[in-house]
Order: sequence, then C-alpha cells, then structure tokens
Amino acid sequence: MSGYLIRRFFLMLVTLFGISVVIFVMLRLVPGNITDIIFDSAGFVNPKQKQRIERELGLDQPIVTQYARWIGGLARGDLGYAYVSEKPALQEIAPRIPVSAKLAGLALVFSTLFGVTLGVVSAVRQDTTLDYVLRVVSLSGLSLPSFWLGLLILMACVQWFGWIPIYRSTPESFWRELGLLALPAAAVGFRSSALVMRLTRSSMLEVLRQDYVRTARAKGASERAVNYRHALANALLPVVTIVGIEAAFLIGGLIVTETVFNIPGVARFLVEAIRWRDYPIVQNLVMFIALVVVLVNFIVDMLYAVLDPRIKFGA
Amino acid sequence: MQEALYFVRRYPLGAIGAVIMALFVLTALFAGTIAPFDPTATDAPASLARPGGVHLLGADFMGRDVFSRIVHGARISLAVGLCATALGCLIGVTIGLASGYLGGTFDLLVQRLIDVLQSLPLLVMALVMAASLGPSLTNTIVAIAIPLVPNVARIIRSNTLTLREMPFVEAARAVGMSEARIALRHVLPNTLAPLIVLATAQVGSAILVESALSFLGLGIPEPHPSWGRMLSESAAEYVRTAPWLVIYPGIAISLVVFGTNLLGDALRDILDPRLRR
Amino acid sequence: MSPPLLVVENLQTRFYTRAGVVKAVDGVSFTLGRSETLAIVGESGCGKSVTALSLMRLVADPPGRIVGGSVRLEDTELLALDETAMRRVRGKLVSMIFQEPMTSLNPVMTIGRQIGESLVLHEGLSRRAALARSVELLQIVGISEPAQRAREYPHQLSGGMRQRAMIAMALACRPRVLIADEPTSALDVTIQAQILELIGRLQRELGTAMIMITHDLGVVAETAERVIVMYAGRKVEEASVGELFARPLHPYTRGLMKSIPRGAARLQEIPGMVPALSNLPPGCAFAPRCPQASAKCRAMEIPYEEKQPGHWAACLYV
Repeated sequence: MSGYLIRRFFLMLVTLFGISVVIFVMLRLVPGNITDIIFDSAGFVNPKQKQRIERELGLDQPIVTQYARWIGGLARGDLGYAYVSEKPALQEIAPRIPVSAKLAGLALVFSTLFGVTLGVVSAVRQDTTLDYVLRVVSLSGLSLPSFWLGLLILMACVQWFGWIPIYRSTPESFWRELGLLALPAAAVGFRSSALVMRLTRSSMLEVLRQDYVRTARAKGASERAVNYRHALANALLPVVTIVGIEAAFLIGGLIVTETVFNIPGVARFLVEAIRWRDYPIVQNLVMFIALVVVLVNFIVDMLYAVLDPRIKFGA
Repeated sequence: MQEALYFVRRYPLGAIGAVIMALFVLTALFAGTIAPFDPTATDAPASLARPGGVHLLGADFMGRDVFSRIVHGARISLAVGLCATALGCLIGVTIGLASGYLGGTFDLLVQRLIDVLQSLPLLVMALVMAASLGPSLTNTIVAIAIPLVPNVARIIRSNTLTLREMPFVEAARAVGMSEARIALRHVLPNTLAPLIVLATAQVGSAILVESALSFLGLGIPEPHPSWGRMLSESAAEYVRTAPWLVIYPGIAISLVVFGTNLLGDALRDILDPRLRR
Repeated sequence: MSPPLLVVENLQTRFYTRAGVVKAVDGVSFTLGRSETLAIVGESGCGKSVTALSLMRLVADPPGRIVGGSVRLEDTELLALDETAMRRVRGKLVSMIFQEPMTSLNPVMTIGRQIGESLVLHEGLSRRAALARSVELLQIVGISEPAQRAREYPHQLSGGMRQRAMIAMALACRPRVLIADEPTSALDVTIQAQILELIGRLQRELGTAMIMITHDLGVVAETAERVIVMYAGRKVEEASVGELFARPLHPYTRGLMKSIPRGAARLQEIPGMVPALSNLPPGCAFAPRCPQASAKCRAMEIPYEEKQPGHWAACLYV
C-alpha cells in the first residue's frame, strides 16, 4: 500500500508542475500585458516609460526566464509582487484564504450530507415516485447557474426580509460568521449536492445489481441490512472519490458566488486579478486552486486505500 | 410516427428534453421573426418597463426589450454551445483516439496532460483562457472548447483501449487492413455511443460556462445579447426594483441546460446496453 | 417411506420484458425427500436456475414474477408467506450456493463475518460466538488455518477456498434443503471433484436434502439419486440416475448423453439452438431439433407420462 501512495504523491508533484507550465503559457498566449492596460486608461502610450516599467517588472525577459524566476520563487515561498498593488503577492492572497475556506467547507458539508443521503434513498426506492422526483430535482439543480441561484437568494432576502446579507470581514463571533456564510454556501452547495446525489445513486444502483447482494438476501438478511450493511458499504467507496470530484466543482461555484454576495475571498480576487491582468496574482491563485484540488484528490486516494480492503491487503 | 410515440412513452423525460431542445433551436434560428424588437435598440422612455403589454417580459435600464434579447440570446447560446462542444469533441476525439490506439510514450504524455488539465475546474480554465485571448465571440468559443477537451479525450481513450483488444479488430488486422483504416472504420464508430451522450452533456456545460463568463464580464461582449451578461448588468442594483431582469434570463439558461441534461440522460439509457431492461 | 420434505406443484415463473413475456418456468412439479439428492439438468436457458431462485423467492420482481403453483416445505406453503416470514426460511431452512464465488461474496466484509451473519440472524448468536462458530465451520469445510482465514477478505482466498467458504455459509444453520446452483462450473477441473466430494460428505453428515442444478451430466452421475431433465422451462424426463443413464428415453436426453466425451468416440452435438422462451412454437419445444419429430409433435400438447416404473418422459415416441 505504501508503494501505491508514494507513486500517487509523485504523480501529484508532476501534475502540479505541469499545471504551472500550462498556466504560465496560457496567460501569455496573446501579446499584451499589464502595461497596455495602464497605458490604455491613460489614453496614450509613452514607449520609453512602457519599456522602463516592463523592465522593472521583468516583462522584457524571455518567457523561460520569467517562468524560472516564478517557480524558483515559489519554492522559496516568494510569490512575487502584485502588479496592481505592488505588495508581495503572498500578502495579498493569504488573508483572503480563510473566508473562502470556510465558505467552501460549509458548502462541502452541506452538499455531501444532502447528496449522499438523497442519493441512497433514491437508489433504494428506485423507480418509485420519490425516485423520479428526486432525479428531476437533482437534474434541475445541475441546470441552474449557481450565480443565478445566488441572485435569486439575494432577491428573496430583499423582497421578503428586506435585508441583504453583507459579509463583514470582522464578524462578532465564529457562529455569526458561519451564519452569514450559510446562504452563499447553500447557493454553492446546491449544485454540488445535485452532482453528488446523482453519482451516489448510480453507484448504489450498480452495487445493488451485484451477486453478493443476492447472496445476502439468500441468507435471509432484511432489506435494511442488505441496503446498508452490504450495499452501502460498497457504494460508499466510489462516493469518497466523488467528494474529490466535488472539490473541483465547488471552486467554480465559489468564483461566481463570491462575486454575487460580495465576499472578499480568494475566488473573487481571481476574477479581479484577471481583469487587471495582474499576472503574478493570477498565476499564484490558479496554482493555489490547482494545489487544493490535487491535494484533495490525493487525500481521497489515501482514504480509499485505507477503506478498501482490496487495496489495503493487496490482491 | 410509431417509433416516436414509443420513444415518448418509454422515455418521457427524454422526450421533454427533446422538445425543449427543439424549441431552443427553432427560437435561435427564427430569432429575427419571433422577436418584436431589435435586441440592441435602446429606448430611454421605456427604461425599466414592467412586463406586460408591448414589452412582454419588461425592459432593462436602457429600454431594451427583455423578450427580444432573450430570443436573440438563444442564437448566441446555441452558437457558443454547439461550436464549443463540437470543437472540443473534435480535438478530444482525435487526441483520445490517437492516444488510445498508438500507446507508448505519446499515450503517456497525453495521459499526464489530461491529468493536468483536469485538475483545474472548468470555469477557472475558461476564465484564464478568455482573459488572455480577449473578449470576442470566437475567443469565447475557443476558451470554452479547450477545457472540454480533456474530458472527451479521456473517455474516448479508455474506450479505444478496450476496443483495440477486441476480436473484431484483430480480425480486421488479419485481413490486412491498415491501422489507420481500422481506427477510423471500426474503432471510431463504436465509440460514438458514449460520445453522443457526453457531447449532449457538454453542450449544457458549455452554455453554463459561457453564461458564467459573460456574467463576470469576460465572455460575450457587446453588442451580442448574452443571457449571462444580461444577468450581470442587472445584478444587485435592480434586484429589488426590477426583478424581471433577473428572473427571465436565468430561466432561459436553466431551461435550456435542463433540456440538454434530460436528453443526455435519456440517450445514455437508450445507448447503454447494460441498462436495458 | 417418510413423507417428502419439499413438494413443488406446477410452479410457473414468468419474466415480463420489452421483448414479450418469457415463461421461464412453465409448470414444473417435483418432490424432494429428506436427505435425498435431486439433480436438475439442462442447457443454459432451460429454466433450471430460475426454478431454484423461485423456490427461494429470490426472483427479481420486476421483471420476474411467480405467477402460479405451489411450493410446500413440510407443512408450510412458501409462496403464501409474507416477506418477513420468508426471510426466516432463507438461510435457515433452505439455503443456496451460487456459481461464482468471487462475485457472490461481499468484497468489503471478512469471510468470518459473512459466515457468521446467518448465525447471528437465525440463531441469535452474539458476534463473538458467531465468529467462533464460523472458524469451526471453515475447519469443517477443509480450509486450513481457519482462524486466520476468517479474518481475511474474499479476494485473498483462492477460487476453491471461496467456494468452500460459501458452502460453510450455506450450511451454517443446518438447513433442511440445500440448493446448489452450478457450484463447480466456475472452478478448475481438479478442484471440482474436491468440492463435490465435500458437498456430498457434509450433506450426508447433516442429513440435508439437496437440489443440484447443473448442465454437466458427469456431476449428475457423481452426486444425485434422482434426476430431472428440463428443456424450455418444462420437464422432459425424470428418473433415478441409474435408470436415466441406462435407458435415456427422451430424444433430448439422448442427445445430451451423446455429447459427453467417451473415449475416442466422436462427439455428437445436438443441432439447432434453444428457442427463445418468449416465442415458443406450439407442440413440443424440442421438435425443431429432434431427429424423430413428426407433424403430430409440432401440433399437440405433449403429455408427461410414466413410460416405465419410476421413469417419466414427455415424448410421443418412447
């Protein structure tokens, strides 16, 4: 089993490396950089000044050198400097992480609990009215743009309660903060829970078709024992993987929801940085997002190795 | 006709999905005829008109008719959805087929690349691409198509790997068929079924991503009407005063994506032999 | 002669599919005495497995359903029991062994727990006691180091060991009837004999009656006292094993016998294929493949009669 994990860890590093290259290249596909934007807003271009700024920011170096400087810096924990604010990138990014983490965490808990429970129920009661209703609901959950859901929630708050949930960065207490984040978390979580529900359902159905379920019934086990002790135990293994997929899904939702609810998190910062072509911030943020996704998947793999006896006690 | 009725009875949800998609396509094609107003025509006196009467679904702050903008927006969404999916699938199938078939170092490299690209959420990749390419209709299509490629490539690749070992491929080789011909004439058609299902789902994803991009201001630019951008323009400010600006474009997006999902699910049930009862 | 343990009368099981209604079991009747071994033999698709599943009411509903007949175990009509009562029968009075031991065992549960499950369920043993008894059972079925094995998972055992574990599981509560559905078909030939011998020995020790479902006449000869030959959902012949092998009456049975490799003699296959059960022609279902078939065979319902003492067949020409 440890061999398996070491291999996965190594793969993770390779993947991260690959992402850094891809991101770096993607951002520089089209000529033009932040200096253009600065001068765009000024209305004219002063070539000398442009060159000076470019040299300051290191933009006149060949791409490979720029990349090497960035990666080298990353390894040392130096993320470079933001173009816009000229402060160290780490200083800009780090404080915004906690709130996004809390939002994502809440959404994850919400969607996993809802999604798994409803998915199991839907599978166990396959083809009943309840199953159809749940399937339609989950399908519509996947069809709603999450930012629209956020807007609708805002609208509902305003129309019915006459109140807009404004997130303050220095809330009174931890629970108060979670309360404020509950609504946006629901907006983000709703789509994820639909995904989790569908995946859990199909995993459960697949398991219920297996021979060993028939054996359990032949022993006289009750439906409940069959469903929960035999089927669910097997169906949950892929669900663990599903949580990994969820992570990537959630981040997309975070981006728009933080924008809609005006939450000063990492995801909203990404959008702002992109608008400003603030490369250092964008690069590092995307790397951070990729790191989170890859890490979550690695943890999921570890969990899988621990939970599945076929991997734990190698075949 | 008989067949159509059978389809409706056996897959009611799929039939609904097909109807929605048909409506969507028709609306897009005949937008000019259906829409009463020019979607970009501003009309200051009609600013923020409530739904009803001349402006069926109301008007926005510039006096543009919401209904007409939604109808024309269908054209944009359809174009972006179909083109991005088609492009993504084309590239993805080529890469997946080649990778699964050729194997070796090429396959290993492609596998790593797919892993890398799949570690980033769809929206993030599309955002970065859209931002670096600049706002235009074509660029948006490309920005959405590229992130779709890894998913398609992965599925096609795994299918190809399975099919490559199958007896009928060996038989074709034994008859003396060239590898390229085998790949195109024998392997590819057998990967079509999952591809169709995947593509239908991807159209929905593409439309959702496009609306998110436009919502963030990095997608379809003026003057094309885009449902996503309609929502961003009306966000927050008009939530209280003009809710119709928020409700209708969102319903349009949700309905269309819902249709693709229903259709995709039904297609999957039809085409997957294992699930046949 | 003591009264029969199991009496099956006119059992009918149908499957309602998109292609039509399939009469998988179409009026099958037989009796099983205490400690007796009855074999049900036939090609795939003849309905023997469905018969077994019907006895335990394990037929998936939908699309299958037992539509008629009676199954009496001693005094109890099994088809009339409600589900809770039926569950008390399964595993305790009637047990089943399946063909594929790898997929029939839960991959994430230890062997010991799976065997112990029926003990906990039907005999109210504590987990600890059930585990101890499982170890004993593993020993009885001939698995070495049973205590260690009980803690292991199915994928850690070989095919033969898995089947032994399945047997232990089925016999844990000392059922009255054991149904073995092709127990050796998925095993290596060398292991097959061992497993059959094991099953036979345990059956005699416990006094369990057994229904052996198989397509292999060799297995029938090894294990059974009486045998039923099934074709297209119905019985076509029935006799004691000795009698059947000495004087096979029905053309289908004769065809099966000729397909057994015997020394250097040429194998003779039965031409044609088993008919689709949703679209059976009128008259004898075997007629299209029968060398002796006449127009009469294809036209009328063939009676199932006692052609010789203790030997029944459904054929007009024997």
